[in-house]
Amino acid sequence: MSQLPVIFKRELGSYFATPLAYVFTLIFLVLSGVFTFYLGGFYERGQADLIPFFSFHTWLYLFLIPAIAMRLWSEERKSGSIELLMTLPITRFEAVTGKFLAAWVFAGIALLLTFPMVITVNYLGQPDNGAIATGYFGSWLLAGAFLAIGSCMSALAKNQVIAFILAVSVCFLFIVSGLPMVLDAFAWAPQWLVDAVASLSFLIRFDSLSKGVIDLRDLLYFVTLIIVWLMATAIVVDLKKAA
Amino acid sequence: MIELKNLTKRFARHTAVDALSFCVEPGEVLGFLGPNGAGKSTTMKMLTGFLTPTSGSASICGCDIRTQALQAQRQMGYLPEGAPCYGDMTVRGFIDFIAEVRGYRGADKRVRVDTAIGQLELESVLGQNIDTLSKGFKRRVGLAQAILHDPRVLILDEPTDGLDPNQKHQVRELIKGLARDKIVIISTHILEEVTAVCTRAIVIARGRLVADGTPLELQSRSRYHQAVTLVGDGPLDTVALAALPGVAGIEVNQAEHSVTVLAEPGQVIFPQINALIVQQGWVVRELDVERGRLDEVFQTLTRGEAQ
Repeated sequence: MSQLPVIFKRELGSYFATPLAYVFTLIFLVLSGVFTFYLGGFYERGQADLIPFFSFHTWLYLFLIPAIAMRLWSEERKSGSIELLMTLPITRFEAVTGKFLAAWVFAGIALLLTFPMVITVNYLGQPDNGAIATGYFGSWLLAGAFLAIGSCMSALAKNQVIAFILAVSVCFLFIVSGLPMVLDAFAWAPQWLVDAVASLSFLIRFDSLSKGVIDLRDLLYFVTLIIVWLMATAIVVDLKKAA
Repeated sequence: MIELKNLTKRFARHTAVDALSFCVEPGEVLGFLGPNGAGKSTTMKMLTGFLTPTSGSASICGCDIRTQALQAQRQMGYLPEGAPCYGDMTVRGFIDFIAEVRGYRGADKRVRVDTAIGQLELESVLGQNIDTLSKGFKRRVGLAQAILHDPRVLILDEPTDGLDPNQKHQVRELIKGLARDKIVIISTHILEEVTAVCTRAIVIARGRLVADGTPLELQSRSRYHQAVTLVGDGPLDTVALAALPGVAGIEVNQAEHSVTVLAEPGQVIFPQINALIVQQGWVVRELDVERGRLDEVFQTLTRGEAQ
């Protein structure tokens, strides 16, 4: 456990060593603004809340989060530095978790930089700031789930582009599993199976959080998802490191 | 001490390392020789805990590499093949990172980092990104990383590959200086390196051990061991040379008027040849007694195994 902060610090630093961090943050801020004001009808709704802002996060993350997750392991394998990392006296848990946390904190920083949104809505009306805080927390959890999937896909593929595409595909499945078009395809299945598929969806889980409703089951869902995908990452890293 | 017992690594189609067993004691500098693909790197990757052996075991200073991987890894420094580093970090940042991973903090860390930087003479490039460094400097950064914690075991996969002759010399001197109380394992296919730094050499081919001994012992396996080469002003009387006791054969190089007289195994033929020169009154411009040719031994050992 003791070397986890060292790995975390190096990983977080490496995001800012290249223009990637700044480009990512910029794109995220611009797109989240565009989505909120144009597609979300922020003004037209006439309500002092950030629901239009959060409701697009799932789709925004679908493409942006795999972009920050893709380098986590692919790059290590491509440059061979994975051999150095895995022969240093650190556990696999420390390596996998340290890398994940760095990416998660980085996503959190980008998310916090949307604070002008909060100022705007407070200036225009009297929003429920507790609900907004819950929305932010939920959005960060959502980013974590995307990142854990992305980290596993990055461990699978040596090529970052392939890691990106894999991560987008898997994340997409986790989003659409709650959409009617997918659930209709399960019309033949017993109700419990339909419910199980629907309950996997990011959309449904995140929906209530973004409205400020904290349900323990939703929190557990995201936390479990992160843990399971990180464990999968550790296994894949082990299987693939020498390839 | 490093101990390998029937260490084996099988990949999908082939066996890379096949039941390799040997021990290395502190103070030894072991040269690990073999053609490309013989299993040198795979063995090193198993010793450092990067690859898991298919069967067999290995221990570093009493720590099994499978069950006590972290303890084993704390005792060793490793330079992987090609010296991979984090290219987007500065030299200082990277060495700092390694020191922290190795558990050093504060003043302790500073001393370790500065010592390693000094030993590899990296002062001039501390602020540069590793990506922008020349091959030689990258290799030295990799070495600095490996020796930083003054490990008891040093495993270096082709440490001088791609360095210029001066840098090679420097790295060899460094290894010799470090070696006194440590175990050093160097893989290489540069044979001169073995005679220059190693106290012991192991040759492997197709994953199997084919020779184990001091560099001198290996050289004495050569057919050129104790061979005498003479260069005269004119043609020399090869019949008289061949008739000498202990002579196994003669190789003549017409163009250079040189004759190489091969000795039978275990025989010393120089005194007889010297006496013959005096007796015949030959004018000899050059006279050379060989210890043996490592490259020839290497070829015989590794090719014989391959067939």
